[in-house]
Amino acid sequence: MFTNRYIFIYSSVMVIIVAAILSTAAMVLKPYQERNIAIAKIQGVLLAADIKANTENAETLFDQVILEELVIDQDGKVTGRFSKGQLTDGNDRAFDLNLKKELYNKRQENPYKVPLYMAETDSGKIFIIPLLGKGLWGPIYGNISLKADMSTIYGAEFGNDKETPGLGAEISDRGFALQFLGKTIFNEQGQFVSITVKKGGVGTMPADARIHGVDAISGGTITSDAVTKMLENCLENYVAYFKSQQ
Amino acid sequence: MSTEKTEREPLFSPKYRKLLTTPLGRENPITVQVLGICSALAVTAKLEPAFVMAISVMAVMGIGNVVIAALRNTIPPRIRIIVQLVVIAALVILVDQVLKAFAYDVSKQLSVFVGLIITNCIIMGRFEAFAMANKVWPSFLDGIGNAWGYGWILIVVAFFRELLGSGTIWGYAVIPSSWYIDNGGFYSNNGMMILPPMALITVGVIIWVQRKKDTELIEEN
Repeated sequence: MFTNRYIFIYSSVMVIIVAAILSTAAMVLKPYQERNIAIAKIQGVLLAADIKANTENAETLFDQVILEELVIDQDGKVTGRFSKGQLTDGNDRAFDLNLKKELYNKRQENPYKVPLYMAETDSGKIFIIPLLGKGLWGPIYGNISLKADMSTIYGAEFGNDKETPGLGAEISDRGFALQFLGKTIFNEQGQFVSITVKKGGVGTMPADARIHGVDAISGGTITSDAVTKMLENCLENYVAYFKSQQ
Repeated sequence: MSTEKTEREPLFSPKYRKLLTTPLGRENPITVQVLGICSALAVTAKLEPAFVMAISVMAVMGIGNVVIAALRNTIPPRIRIIVQLVVIAALVILVDQVLKAFAYDVSKQLSVFVGLIITNCIIMGRFEAFAMANKVWPSFLDGIGNAWGYGWILIVVAFFRELLGSGTIWGYAVIPSSWYIDNGGFYSNNGMMILPPMALITVGVIIWVQRKKDTELIEEN
C-alpha cells in the first residue's frame, strides 16, 4: 500500500524536518551553553582559590579576586598580561587560551602557551593553574593553586566527564581535592617533583616523600594515575617561570 | 487532541488509568518484561543521576509516543523501525541540549547516560507495541506509565546502592562517620555495591519480592 516513491519522499522529508529542528535547537541554545561552560570554568578557577561561586555571582567574583592573568610560553617567559579588564602586554588573554590545543602542541613538540591566574587572598598572593588530562573514559580537568612560595598548594579542584560513578568519578569529590592542601610540588632541593596520587595510600610512601603525595581512590586506580599524570604534565610547564621569579 | 473526542471517554477513565498503573507493577518494563536492564545497571550507582535519568526517559517516552501515535497511519511499515529510531534519537539530542543549556551541572554528571537513552529498548518497545496501534492520548499515558515503571525501579535500586556502597543518600552522608573502621568504628562501605553486578542482584531481589507478593507472575514449569 505504500509505494517505494512514497517511502523515499517520506524518509527524506522526515530527515529534513528533524535536521531543521535539531539545528534550530542547537543554535537557540548555544549562547546559554557557552555561557554555562564559561561560568563552569570561572567557578573552577575560583574554587581552587577556595571561593565558592554560584552561577549568578561567578563573573563579578572573578573580576574582583583575579589580579592578573598571565600567558606563559614554553620557556617560562610571559607573553601576555591581562588585568583590570584590559590587555597590558601581548595579544593573548589567558582565559581565552584553549588548554587542550596548547597541550596538544606540547605533545607535538611545537611552541605552546599556558595560562596562569594570580589572585589576592587573605593569606597572600596565590597562583592558580588550570589542569587538563586524560582519564579512563574521557577528559579529567581541574585547577590547582599555589601559595606565594610557588610550591605549597593552597587549593585544588577536580572534575571529570565520564569517569565511573562511585569509583573514578570520586576525584570530583571535595574530600579528594582537600587532601592536596599544604602539599608541595618542589622538594627541599628545589627540584620539581609534582604530586603523586598513591595507590594504597600516602602511608606506603617513604616518609620524606609524603609531602608530595595524596591517597588514591579505591577502585579508581586508573583515574587516580591519570590525575598524577595530569598534574605532572600541566605543572611542569610553569617550572621555568617559577624559577625565574625566585 | 480531536482524537479523544471521537473516543468519547473521559481523559482519566478506568481504562486509561490502567495504562498508567499496570507498568508500575504487573507489567513493569524492568522486573517483568526485563527490558532496559543495561541502563538500569549503568546509572544506579548514585541516586541523583538515576532520578534525572528517570525524568529524561519520561520526557522522551511521553513525547515520542505522542509523535509516533500521531504519525502512525502515515509510517510505511517497511521503514517503521528507522522512523522510530529517528524520533528517539532526535528527542534524546534535544533533551541533552536542553539539559546542557539549563541544567549544566546535572548534564555534566549524566553526559554518557543521556545518550544511552537512545539504546533503551523500553522506548522502542513501547513505540512498536503500543503507539503504532493506538491513539495519541492513550499512547501518551502509556509512555508516561512505562517511564515511571522504569524510573521507580531505578530510584529504588540507586537508593540501596548509594546507601550501602557509598554511605550517602543524594550525596549527603547518612552513616555517622564515627562508625567507619578508619575512625575506629566497625562499619565499612561495601565497594561491590557500586559495581554493575550488584545492580543486577538488587534488581533480582526486587523481582523476587514482587513475585512473592503477586504469585500470578510466576511462570509454570
